[in-house]
Amino acid sequence: MSMTTPLKRARGLGSAHEGAGHFVKQRVTAAANLILSAFAVGLIVSLAGAELATVKATLAHPLVAIALIALIVSMAVHMRIGMQVIIEDYVHGEGTKMLLLLGNTFFAGAIAVVSIFAVLKLSFGS
Amino acid sequence: MAGVTPARTRQRPLSPHLQIYRPQINMVMSIVHRITGTALYFGAVLMAWWLFAAATSPHYFAFVNGLFATWPGMIVLVGFSWALIHHALGGLRHFVWDTGAALDIGSVDLLSWATIVLSVLMTAGLWLYVAIERGWMH
Repeated sequence: MSMTTPLKRARGLGSAHEGAGHFVKQRVTAAANLILSAFAVGLIVSLAGAELATVKATLAHPLVAIALIALIVSMAVHMRIGMQVIIEDYVHGEGTKMLLLLGNTFFAGAIAVVSIFAVLKLSFGS
Repeated sequence: MAGVTPARTRQRPLSPHLQIYRPQINMVMSIVHRITGTALYFGAVLMAWWLFAAATSPHYFAFVNGLFATWPGMIVLVGFSWALIHHALGGLRHFVWDTGAALDIGSVDLLSWATIVLSVLMTAGLWLYVAIERGWMH
């Protein structure tokens, strides 16, 4: 049994029962993306066209791999929310919208899983 | 009710439609922010592909690197970097607006122009650095 009043439970949640969750999450990941993608751009510029051995040696440093994985997670969350808003703004058929939202989640998840696996494999070697 | 219906079916003024509304820099930057976001969304495939190739084999990695080094590949990469920089600057602008600051018309116009001008300058600067570092220019 909850000790909170009904008003306390409802406050800030709105009709969707998540309230400003997406708003806040989009800004938190945006802040992370700003810092981490600046790092990633520098890394990619230095590694573009490099031999695989060089890429592996660079990603072997834990901090490099950790920063990349953090970026991938933050980016995937950010782009999933962003695309969800776009779909909800422009697609009005319920069925199509649901399918696209599902596809959006799968896409963001696939990008994240593929990228994280690749970074881990490159970082751990072999 | 008989008197009300004719009035309702009369041609009412509509809100200005996007196609006849004079474009203003802040609304253009708003939709460009969404477009660059969408471009980055699909562009994320390139990053995942590059990492996947590196994790697969030296041969496949060389193949993907070779594709990026072609002219069409380079054009895509320049576009990708501009989209990233523009979207990042647009995000910074939104952080400023989120605090409630710089919401007067003058500041809105200034920040919107700054987004497009700085994004082009920074992209040019980034690729100039790459060109000099790689010795593309003599």
